[in-house]
Parts: sequence; C-alpha cells; structure tokens
Amino acid sequence: MHEVIATRNLTKKYKDVSAVEDLNLSVDKGEIFGFLGPNGAGKTTTIRVLTTLTKLTSGSAVVAGFDVAKEPDEVKKVFGVVQQHLSLDQDLTLRENMELRGRLHHMGSSERKRRIVELLGYVGLTKQAERMVKELSGGMKKAAMIASALMHKPGVLFLDEPTVGLDVQTRRRMWELIRGLNSEGTTIFLTTHYIEEAEALCERVGIVHLGRLIALGKPAELRQKVGLVAVETLENGRFTRYRYFPDRAAATTYVQSLPSDVKTVIIRESNLEDIFVELTGQKVGDD
Amino acid sequence: MVTALQDIYSVLWVDLRFLRRNWLRTLATTLVAPVLYLLAFGYGLGRGVTVEGYNYLEFVIPGIVALTAMTSSFNGAGMKLHVDRLFYKCFDECLMSPISLYSIIIGKTLIGVVRGLISSTALLAACLIFSPLPLVNPLFLLVLVTSCFVFSFLGVLVALIAKSHQDMNVFMSLVVLPMTFLSGTFFSLAQLPEPLRVALSLLPLTHSSQSLRAAALGQPFPWWSLAVLIGFGFAFFCGSLIILRRYSE
Repeated sequence: MHEVIATRNLTKKYKDVSAVEDLNLSVDKGEIFGFLGPNGAGKTTTIRVLTTLTKLTSGSAVVAGFDVAKEPDEVKKVFGVVQQHLSLDQDLTLRENMELRGRLHHMGSSERKRRIVELLGYVGLTKQAERMVKELSGGMKKAAMIASALMHKPGVLFLDEPTVGLDVQTRRRMWELIRGLNSEGTTIFLTTHYIEEAEALCERVGIVHLGRLIALGKPAELRQKVGLVAVETLENGRFTRYRYFPDRAAATTYVQSLPSDVKTVIIRESNLEDIFVELTGQKVGDD
Repeated sequence: MVTALQDIYSVLWVDLRFLRRNWLRTLATTLVAPVLYLLAFGYGLGRGVTVEGYNYLEFVIPGIVALTAMTSSFNGAGMKLHVDRLFYKCFDECLMSPISLYSIIIGKTLIGVVRGLISSTALLAACLIFSPLPLVNPLFLLVLVTSCFVFSFLGVLVALIAKSHQDMNVFMSLVVLPMTFLSGTFFSLAQLPEPLRVALSLLPLTHSSQSLRAAALGQPFPWWSLAVLIGFGFAFFCGSLIILRRYSE
C-alpha cells in the first residue's frame, strides 16, 4: 500500500500549550481514515497543519509525497478540504463558488464548466446551481462544500466533522457520498466526534485525546484490545458500570455471578466509544 | 508571470461578481457622504469664500475627490475581505489554493481600486453640475489611481489585522474619520502652524488631496507628495505580506 499522509512527531504549540503533540500516523492510498476524539482534542489543528493553513512547531508532515512545511504549493494542488464550518462565499451562487475554486486551481474554462455540471449532479444540487449559498439548507451547504472541494479532482480529501449539525437522514446521505468518493479512489481523512460515523465509514481510526494519539488501528482490532463484548450494569440505580470480556461466554459467566440486587444488565458488542472511555476515563462527547 | 496575472484576476473576479450584483447600492452608499460635503461645504458654507486665490468650490472639489477615493477604496478592499475572513471564512480557501500571497494581496486590493475609481468618476461627473472646470488631466488621473491603490492596500492591511468587526470600526473612527477632516481636504494647510502641518503630513490623505488639488488647479505639482504617497502604498503592501506570512503561525 502506498502511504499518502504521514506525520512524524508532529507537534503544534500555541505559545506553551500543545494542541497536537508527537503525532505519528500514516494513511494509505484509497483508505478512509477516521480521526476520532472529543472537541478540542486537536483534530482540526491536525487538518489545518496537513492543509498548510497552520505551520507545525516541530516534526514533519507529508501529503502525497510533499512536505507540508517545505513544499506547501505542491501540497495545495493535491488535496481538497471540507471544513467544519461553512467556508463558501455566501454572497455568491453555488456555481460561482465552484467556478472560483476551479479558477484558483488553474482549470480551463471548458473544464470548469464540465466539472461543475458533473459534480452538482453527483451531489444532487443541479437545480440549486444558481442559488445564493446563503439560501441553501444545512445539508445542501455541506454537499455544496464537498462538490466545491472536489473541483480540481484532489486525490486526498480532508473532511472536518462532515456531518456535524445535520439531521439523521442527511447524515446517512452524506455517508453514502463519502463511500462513493472513496470507491472511486479518493483517499479520505475524516475527523469526527460521532462514534457511529467512524464505525460506519472508517477502515482504520486514530483516537486522539488532549493532542495525543492514544490508539490507532482497525476498529475491530481496537475493540479486541478492550474486549469484544461489553456488559453494562446499573448500580445503586444511579451510575452505569462497564466491564469488557473477550467473548459472550465470559460475559454471561460474569452476569450470572452478579448479586441479585443488580436489576439492569445490558450485554452488547463493544464499540469505539468503549475504547475511548477505557483509555481516557471520559466519554467522546465530553469537552 | 502570466499565471500570476491569471491568479490576480481570479481573486478579483469573485469580488467583481459581487460588485456587479450590488453596484447600485455600493455606488449610492459611497457617494452619499461626499455629495453632502460638496453641498454643505462647497455649495452652501463656502459660497463667496476664496482660498489661495480660488473660489471655495473650486478649491474643495479635489479634496472631496481625494476623500471619496480614500473611503471607497478602503471600504471596497477592506470590508469584503474582512467579512470573507472572519464571517464567511472563505478567505481560507484562497490561502489553501496554489497561488502566491502576492497574487492574493494584489487581487484583493484591485477591487478597492475599481470601486474607488468608479465612485470618484461618479463624483467628478456630479461636480460638473456645480463647477464646470476642466479638473481632469493626466497628472490628476495618475494621482487618483495612485491614491486608490494606497487606500486599498490600507484596507487590505487593516482587514487582515482586524480580529473583529469592532476593530474595523475602531480604525474607521480613530484613523479614517480624523484623516477625512484634517488632511487639507476642506481647508488650506498653509493656514496651519508649522508643527501641525508636519504632523498632518504623516497622513496619506494629506498628500493625496494636495497632489490632486495641485494637478486640478494647475499649481506647481508637489512631486515629493506623490513619492510619499507611493511610499505609503508600498509600506501597506509589505505590511499585508508580513501579516499573511504570519497568518499560519
């Protein structure tokens, strides 16, 4: 597998505070990689460094073979990014925003026109082409950002919290879009604090906490480290206790050994949230 | 070089689209203040008054053209960039594109120049109603275009530095507004004591209005003022470049 994104001891400090510290990770070509962690964990800072918007303090980062610190202009040609917040010009139409993106990436006039038609069809916004961006719904704006980010056919797409603030239906549609892009060969680096999103989309995940990478691997491998089966018990009627077991038999044996006053017991498969809780002592949604 | 020019046009293109859609509103808002100054000071208050041997209307028109160029260029370049950077956050898209910082700064400056020239031309046309003097000549145009560049560069610089909408307002109140009234726009600097005259020469609008007035009225042209004006423009451009280079730190 060819490595498309690689960081070596990547550190970003703001004055004395580390937003990202000693980050080592690699993403292979054609992979959907999930960068998972609570708000403020360093996910967006990592994307900003990889997309040349923020300079790293130490270490190195390479995107598509180009060093982000030494060859930023080359890096800028190969990635597209969909930021967490709306980053389109709201005083322009959707078509104008895409046209601008094409111009900034030195695409010719006919190529721009062809690509806009193709992408708007792909994200289902053909009818909205001449509408002002500020008039679009939240889901449409997100799809518009994806279409705009894809104008210059980037090999790597960074998605920073792509479905935050979207309703369940739109989120599912967005997932389909992301899977579709990936199946066509686009490498996707995605940050999220939605566990189910990482589990639904990502082949590998990195879990980040307080700027440090605390786990890295395939979801199934990480679950195996904690235990594939989780048992939740409600104790004293107030707080939930989690225990993890390698298989259902071990979990059942444990449940049978519980005192009779424990009334509520849930046996389920463990998930990425369990891994995060086990490693940090807090939930992903906690700030 | 060709690529750099294409990039500059790409950055300008997006603001031209915005201007095309909002040209009437933009023109009207930038012309209200200068037309009021023209009516109140030039046509009303200054009627029958002579300054430096000219009737006041002839004297004040080049000054009002200078301040129109300043406000239109400053706002034209600064306000949209400010909104793009802090509110729409679409300026990041420019920074993540494979174009140079020079192209970004010049592209963002040019929209201010375009708007400054449109407003100044419209004002000059309105001035013809009040004072049918042949103000415009090549030297006048040279100073006008230079002034538009200088204040557009200033607009870009301030928009890149401002951390909030309030910062822009503070700059407008503490720098642009005093400059409007103190830079020899409405009165002759020759009337002022030497120390104050020296202090006011630190303001770019002073050089802009003095040069425009000299060119319009056929007075000896203050080439040093034009040189200082160009110096201000260069300083604002370099300042913007430094700020953008630090942007990613």
